[in-house]
Amino acid sequence: MSTGVVEVTGVGIHPFGRFGEKSATEMGVEAVRAALAEAGHPPFQAAFCATAYGGVASGHKVLGALGLTGVPIVDVEAGCASGGAALMLAAGAIRAGMYDTVLVFGLEKMPKGIIRSSFFEPWREEAGLAATPSYFALRAQRLMRESGVTKHDLAQIVVKNRANGVHNPDAMFQKPTTVEEVLASRVVCEPLHLFMLCSPNEGAAAVVVQRGARPGGTVAAVRVAAAVLRSHLPGSVLGEATPMSGIDDRDIPPPTTLAAQAAYEEAGVAPRDLHVVECQDTDASREVLAYEELGLCARGDAAKLVADGSTTMTGRVPVNPSGGLLSKGEPLGASALGQVVELTRQLRGTAGARQVEGATVGLAHTVGRGANAAVVILTT
Amino acid sequence: MSTRRPVTEGLFATRDDGSIALLGGYSATSGKFHFPRLPACPYTGADDVEAVTLSTAATLWGWTAVTAAPPGYPGEVPYGFGIVELVREQLRVITRLTEADPAKLEFGQPMHLVADVLHTDDEGTEVVTYAFAPVGDTR
Repeated sequence: MSTGVVEVTGVGIHPFGRFGEKSATEMGVEAVRAALAEAGHPPFQAAFCATAYGGVASGHKVLGALGLTGVPIVDVEAGCASGGAALMLAAGAIRAGMYDTVLVFGLEKMPKGIIRSSFFEPWREEAGLAATPSYFALRAQRLMRESGVTKHDLAQIVVKNRANGVHNPDAMFQKPTTVEEVLASRVVCEPLHLFMLCSPNEGAAAVVVQRGARPGGTVAAVRVAAAVLRSHLPGSVLGEATPMSGIDDRDIPPPTTLAAQAAYEEAGVAPRDLHVVECQDTDASREVLAYEELGLCARGDAAKLVADGSTTMTGRVPVNPSGGLLSKGEPLGASALGQVVELTRQLRGTAGARQVEGATVGLAHTVGRGANAAVVILTT
Repeated sequence: MSTRRPVTEGLFATRDDGSIALLGGYSATSGKFHFPRLPACPYTGADDVEAVTLSTAATLWGWTAVTAAPPGYPGEVPYGFGIVELVREQLRVITRLTEADPAKLEFGQPMHLVADVLHTDDEGTEVVTYAFAPVGDTR
């Protein structure tokens, strides 16, 4: 199905955090300028802008500020996977022969506190059935029951990601933490403590994708080997679709697994071939569940992967070397492309103190409301 | 006695004694129940959805407590939140729980449906939703 080679020729990021009165548009402008400069300012034939809270014509506002309008500009909303969805559209259009160069960017300026989502009907908010962390908590509890994951394991994930985030100047939190500190933070929804949940925040990221080999580049070429988006199948009461009811879902693959299987097939790689992974750690248990859903381990074995350190920086497959969302925070529209920026640097060998040595195959995973799950595989 | 109204129409039926029953749907072609009731089966799209009243007996499948009021929620915190599995339909339902201390609950424990007053609105009307309580809870 994929006939053409799609390369990442430029990446840019505006740090993730809180930036006062600075607008999402301004952040987007910075990320886009950085990515276009790195790619050598190629003309592009289309732009996709990922955002969930940005509002009308978010992409036009950014490119309008840069005098780069005239091309089609399409805003893309797919919850936490918006950036992955935008990249899928861009890569697909290039492969289909529609464009040679596409600009993909994401931006967000999230409200503070528990995310309020227009997804929920007003009555569901009034009844107390729209508290996002409470759904994460139920999922964490079931994972603990079914895979033998402990609260200590969840704290260990936070410690791992925050340790990685120390070396990421674009992360919101750049200080390490300890298991004791995580477990001493207040309980938001049992079993999840405050430090086990990522912070919704602000930021932007941009990626330039182009057909074929880049002429005369000075850095290693990075290819988009797969960019896949999937939604949920009906049934799972705990899935990111957050329905009001569900059935026994043991035989219903979750959207992350659907996206991962399609991405592995498209890229011609297997989970064991991955050198580095950036995954959705909205809360600590979400990362652990992703180990199983992405096939990094067998179902029910996630606790082993945490215990043996396989996903630490020195382990078999480092997960979230950027510090993950637990360090960076989560600006919805920007987060998936932030992962692509990180993996591109990892595969180029320019990730500095958080470099995974010799990484040539990386996977980025986002999943959230919709449900939407995106899996992107990059290779050199 | 103060007047009462449901948090939204169509979720549950209220009897004269104030007790409630959840309103679900059943599709004979898919063989599956769902809640709340939809015009078509959410599993297959079949248009043979039959209106059913769901059973009130359940077992506890998952639970937590919400400790800070989420946006748009005017009630008290903490409150219990979880998933019960209806015994007859084998349907897992998202619900409030009357027990807000997670340490007092366990997997598989018998639960039953109750009416739960969320708050009193500006007109003095009690706003009611559904919840599940541990069997033996006298509330």
